[in-house]
Amino acid sequence: MAEDTVILRVEDVVTEFGGRRRFLRRPEPSVRAVDGVSLELRAGELLGLVGESGCGKSTLGRTILGIQRETEGEIRLDARLVSGLPPRQARAARRDIQYVHQDPGAALDPWWSIGRTLAEGLLINGVSSSAERTERIDRVLDAVGLDESFKPRYPHELSGGQLRRVGLARILSLSPRIVILDEPTSGLDMSVQATVLKLVRDLRERLGLTYIFISHDLSVVERMCTRVVIMYLGRIVEKAETKRVFGSPKHPYTKALLSAAPRLQPGQMAGESLIRGDPPSAAAIPSGCAFRTRCPHAISACAEEVPRTERTGDGHEVACLRWRELDREGTRG
Amino acid sequence: MTTRPTRSVTPILDVRGLRVSISGDEGRAQVLDNIDLSIAPGRIVGVVGESGCGKSTVIRAVLRVLPRGAEIESGTIRFDGEDLLGLGEGEMARRIRGKAIGFIPQDPYLALNPVFRVGTQLLEIMRWHAADGDGESARRARSARKRHRERLVELLRVVQVPDPDRALERYPHQFSGGQRQRLLIAGALACEPRLVIADEPTTALDVTTQLEILKLLRSLSREYDVSMLFVTHDFGVVAQLCDEVNVIYAGQSVEAGDTVDILEAPRHPYTRALLACHPDHSDDLTGIPGAVPSPLTPPPGCRFHPRCEHARADCRDGRPTRVQLGDGHSVECVLYSETGEETAIG
Repeated sequence: MAEDTVILRVEDVVTEFGGRRRFLRRPEPSVRAVDGVSLELRAGELLGLVGESGCGKSTLGRTILGIQRETEGEIRLDARLVSGLPPRQARAARRDIQYVHQDPGAALDPWWSIGRTLAEGLLINGVSSSAERTERIDRVLDAVGLDESFKPRYPHELSGGQLRRVGLARILSLSPRIVILDEPTSGLDMSVQATVLKLVRDLRERLGLTYIFISHDLSVVERMCTRVVIMYLGRIVEKAETKRVFGSPKHPYTKALLSAAPRLQPGQMAGESLIRGDPPSAAAIPSGCAFRTRCPHAISACAEEVPRTERTGDGHEVACLRWRELDREGTRG
Repeated sequence: MTTRPTRSVTPILDVRGLRVSISGDEGRAQVLDNIDLSIAPGRIVGVVGESGCGKSTVIRAVLRVLPRGAEIESGTIRFDGEDLLGLGEGEMARRIRGKAIGFIPQDPYLALNPVFRVGTQLLEIMRWHAADGDGESARRARSARKRHRERLVELLRVVQVPDPDRALERYPHQFSGGQRQRLLIAGALACEPRLVIADEPTTALDVTTQLEILKLLRSLSREYDVSMLFVTHDFGVVAQLCDEVNVIYAGQSVEAGDTVDILEAPRHPYTRALLACHPDHSDDLTGIPGAVPSPLTPPPGCRFHPRCEHARADCRDGRPTRVQLGDGHSVECVLYSETGEETAIG
């Protein structure tokens, strides 16, 4: 398949939580965890989904996967509409998409051996022959750099890096085309992190996988991803090829994130903060541009309307009222 | 760069030749083997290594909260000249832990009790340590409570918790992770400590929050003249925050020195490997082959040799001696001769 075929298209997707109507009381306000997100995934790419905790990146992942129902919007897999379905059918229609949990230690059943855990997914998905299950399990264990000796072992006997490999093996046995990786390296040592990332990259080439890579660690995203989507409180603020995002970030939030990742060159502490405080609660998103309450460049107009997503000359998509001005200032200064 | 303080002043914390073992069902594990660590007044010293290297055990040994079955076999731990290993549990609890030495835990979500107000929990620390010696009349207790509250509100203002007065009446779940970590930092500073020990205090936080917390720690250390022992596995954090760094591997000190020196010219193969894992340095995603050995069956000699690309026969023959490279930079590796020259790395 060519590199630029779009295999997944997400259009104006909104995911809301809560909003229950209660008897004789005011209805609870709903929380818009994902608020009008559009993106497309091209075959074979590694799309990074970046933002602080609570920005809706995991919810977006779960909505794409089909275990969280979208409130509005359309999701198309290979031009086939897979949104708007009841939960079971939605998941069945999106069988090609699989999800690797953030914390494999929590996602694996401590009372089940690795072999049994791996067999469960196959059983659920209708592989009834035990010989075929064994064969497929051995194949995926080998693919993730483990071997048969791991089958009788239990999750607590494995290291963090090995658990991640089991997490990957579990979904690979179902032959997915799109894999959503939720914070695949959080909590790992740098030395182990590198080997897990390498595996992710190798698997893409060997099995022709396409990834959505959810992370808040920009340095990892920079090395791994082809394109990056930056999210803030449920909306996409910037989207571009990785080297453009890192080379010339346009949105003030992107700039703030980039300046915060600890580098090996000392001196970041001296710099002026590009961002202040914590993100506001998703239940009380500021009017207009959600980032304006923390943005050093905010003006009164930012409070009035949600900035439209604009395309810049060099291929970014950015949602900021002032990106042109700021970009000019940036190049001059 | 700032001028280096002379190294002859009495260190705030001085750990020498610390050996700790833990006995359990599976045998005796040598978790720390000859750890040396020294913190001069006002300095921020980082301890770096992979998980399972014994970083947290060092902290636990200093605070004497080692797990059951653990034994400090040899070595000394001096705090401001005083031998901590000679103190009884009562004195450790009253004078040292939480008072002279503050502690910032790794996970702000676990460290605060969800059913008590933040103020109750933080004031508890101060009340416990102030109870010492006072012949408690009711009136004095009341005035002490007022004094503690005022100090705490002031501290919360310093660590930038919004609306400090009201914050004390709220519960932990009403704060974000970053705010909780600020509350815990205030708690660590509550009893005017001389040393603060922080165990990976930013790993549970977002990068944006992390940088803010690191800035805060640095300015607090300068402002209150507090020394800091900062444990992390991220060399990027060390580069931003720490004046000096100690690299440990599998319970052994391997290299120590000023952060700038070690970042510019790392000597030990393990330090080099760790730095190479940092995203700033590596595009090829190599990592370090192998894993940290189990402390139950550590390899003989230098414990890093099975993973070391420069390993040779004499690496197995016992621990390499500590070689001083000048300016406080020292390394324990056979590749360096007594004169500090590098003998074999190409």
